[in-house]
Amino acid sequence: MKRGKRKWLFFLLFLFLSFALVACSGNNEKAGGNSDDGKDEVKDTPKELVFGRGGDSTSLDPGATTEGEAFKVTVNIFENLINFGEQNTELEPGLAVDWNVSDDGLVYTFQLREGVKFHDGTDFNAEAVVVNFERWKNGNAGTSGDQTPFPYYQSMFGDNIEKVEATGEYEVQFTLKHPQAVFLKNIAMSPFAITSPAALEKYGDKINENPVGTGPYKFVEWQRNDRIVIEKFDDYWDSEYPKIDKIIFRSIPDNSARLNALKTGDVDLIDGINYSDVAAIEADSNLQIFTRPSMNVGYLGLTTTRGPLQNKLVRQALNHAVDKEAIIAAFYEGYAEPAKNPMPPVISGYNDDIEDYPYDLERAKELLAEAGYPDGFEMELWAMPVPRPYMPDGQKVAQAIANTFEQIGVKVEIVSYEWGTYLEKTAAGEADAFMLGWTGDNGDADNFLYTLLDKDNIGTNNYTYYSNDELHEILVQAQRVSDEEQRVELYKKAQEIIKEDAPWIPLVHSQPLLAGRADIKNFLPHPTGSDRLHKVEFGN
Amino acid sequence: MYAYIIRRLLTLIPVLLGLTLIVFLMIRAIPGNPAHIILGQAATEESIEALNKKLGLDQPWYVQYFKYLGGLLTGDLGDSIRTDSPISEQIWPYLAGTIELALVAMLIAVFIGVNAGIISAWFQNSWFDYALMLLALIGVSMPIFWLGLLEQWIFAVNLDWFPTGGRDNVRNPVEPITHLYIIDTIIQGDTEKLVEVIRHLVLPAVALATIPMAIIARITRSSMLEVMRTDYIRTAKAKGMKMFWVVYKHSLKNASIPILTVIGLQLGLLLGGAILTETIFSWPGIGRYIYDAINYRDYPVVQSSILIIALFFVLINLIVDILYAIIDPRIKYR
Repeated sequence: MKRGKRKWLFFLLFLFLSFALVACSGNNEKAGGNSDDGKDEVKDTPKELVFGRGGDSTSLDPGATTEGEAFKVTVNIFENLINFGEQNTELEPGLAVDWNVSDDGLVYTFQLREGVKFHDGTDFNAEAVVVNFERWKNGNAGTSGDQTPFPYYQSMFGDNIEKVEATGEYEVQFTLKHPQAVFLKNIAMSPFAITSPAALEKYGDKINENPVGTGPYKFVEWQRNDRIVIEKFDDYWDSEYPKIDKIIFRSIPDNSARLNALKTGDVDLIDGINYSDVAAIEADSNLQIFTRPSMNVGYLGLTTTRGPLQNKLVRQALNHAVDKEAIIAAFYEGYAEPAKNPMPPVISGYNDDIEDYPYDLERAKELLAEAGYPDGFEMELWAMPVPRPYMPDGQKVAQAIANTFEQIGVKVEIVSYEWGTYLEKTAAGEADAFMLGWTGDNGDADNFLYTLLDKDNIGTNNYTYYSNDELHEILVQAQRVSDEEQRVELYKKAQEIIKEDAPWIPLVHSQPLLAGRADIKNFLPHPTGSDRLHKVEFGN
Repeated sequence: MYAYIIRRLLTLIPVLLGLTLIVFLMIRAIPGNPAHIILGQAATEESIEALNKKLGLDQPWYVQYFKYLGGLLTGDLGDSIRTDSPISEQIWPYLAGTIELALVAMLIAVFIGVNAGIISAWFQNSWFDYALMLLALIGVSMPIFWLGLLEQWIFAVNLDWFPTGGRDNVRNPVEPITHLYIIDTIIQGDTEKLVEVIRHLVLPAVALATIPMAIIARITRSSMLEVMRTDYIRTAKAKGMKMFWVVYKHSLKNASIPILTVIGLQLGLLLGGAILTETIFSWPGIGRYIYDAINYRDYPVVQSSILIIALFFVLINLIVDILYAIIDPRIKYR
């Protein structure tokens, strides 16, 4: 027994010492260059990029998921018939080189790119397009008997696509039930990327872990909550791309830890930069900041069915009582612009003629008196518990808004819930005033105005329960008109109505920030949040 | 003894059954609908309804519960709502990550904590004793989040001794076999990667070890002090035995029961409660898996992971109880 114990102690001591030794030797190797066996040139001109991001993907099957983190990976593995522009949502050829619409706006014909191969070696053709659209429409009926349409398909197309036909080896035709103005923009959205039909057959339910597309990168490995590895696809149709051989997406949940990882070179590029870290990054010559063009809106919703907020004048008064410029200066380091409409200016149909309710506490008080609340009232102000791209710190911004509200006699109690609870309760109309936001899916006005403010969407994305029949008429009409000028006019009118009714206080359109090594070139963050990385390279 | 072990294992069944029910009800008591959270911006009334139906969430809770239990009995942990894949296929890598981290942290905590406690007791009321106990007090009250970031800042960003996070070097990754990377790299005979794996373990393990280390040090000290005042220790000293052996052999053995108890409890806690450390050091472990699952109302994942952690907890307790009898012959189980 005596000897046994001593052995045990020595063993512990040995372990401890070997730890210390290993730690030191590890350090030396690192200091001596890249620890990769002899591949010293790797360090000089790296051919791989490590992208640090906040979360992991939920699925690698783009059609099946709705989560932004998932699309960040899939846009590099898959391609759509139509692409968005490099840093905007204009339409550019993708797997389709050309397309046209019939005069009645019901039939869309796409000419497909020839000579494109899927990563499994099969050919891309019209039949592949048909298979994918059928699958999204019918759910996983074939494999699991589940006939629910895929979520984004249902949300963007509903049951409007009558049929999809291969009218030639490289020609595909869509027939709609009624004209849909945003049809082409929807086609370009990340969820509607084309998967190899052979792979769908082969993997069945497991397609979400075995993505096979036509994109510049092919899938290599996924270790959940840790990393996803994708590698250059040698038979990519555009032989000029991709520039980098391998991309590793790493999940690093904490913003500060992610920035630390960038500083040490553990990762090369990161998203989710705290605005408060901007100055430190700018001061570091090894790093650079990237700004994502804004396609979002952060707002304070005023639930139009609750208490004094039912009165339009009260909502207008509150609109006068928010100092947006001060909020932007304090919490966004200037990387945002004040919002006056529910959609960002980059989107076609934005009404720039609208004048925002100026920050004017006197006017606010007058309106409150006119509405019958000369002494103000009490209400809850809900602040989101988590940072969002459009709202870095909900609690503090809520505090700033509460301060100015109290100056006009509106006593505010700031309330917060855990995020899932928050969404559920606001959707149920339980909040008085609440902070939320939205990032555009397809860069169309419909995706902001109709989705967020039409009476059809009360209970889902219209959290304020705002309902206006005239607005509804206009928004539905705009969905079916294909003439762009006419649509722009309709949306401009819609924004006037919304401005007058004031169901929201639009707060900001923010520019989410990313940071990376100073030698990263051609990285163009996309406003939708899904970045195609095939052009990115290292160099000076 | 064996009868005792079997009896203990049998009592696990009602314990775990009760646990499944409590966890099942608790997670559903939190407001927030999984379908709404998962669908996010794509949520429409129809799609929420359809998803609820697909997930079986439209049925009464007791139907859902018995379906879940039925699955468990056949070894089916259920499918993750969020990722739409079987939990049994996903969970091991997470669990392995946490087990590896927790064991290394515990090794550090036990080695340093026990020795610090012993030395404190040996030199009771010396400046050394005071300093160690002050450190232990600081350790117990240390916010891990802050400590982790501080470690990163000093040892990764400034000194560049250790990486900031993750389990291995993604540019030269470990090929997982058992998902316990130390074992995997040893099997593969790849010392370079073994070194990398250990370098990745150091900072998170130290952060995770801090609190248990402090607790163990304090318990060891008080337990040792008690034993060192007993007659047989005085006798051992009187007959001229070297102090080192008096302390490390005669005293430690008799002081070890409470220490062992604390170690067992702390190890159980580390397995389920490493979430802050896992977040700061982007460690793909079970704590983060459960945390994400709670945020997404991924009911099956929460239920099954907590069940597994509870199972570990109870098993560790059982092992500790058995160790009592091995260390102290006065303890016998019938």
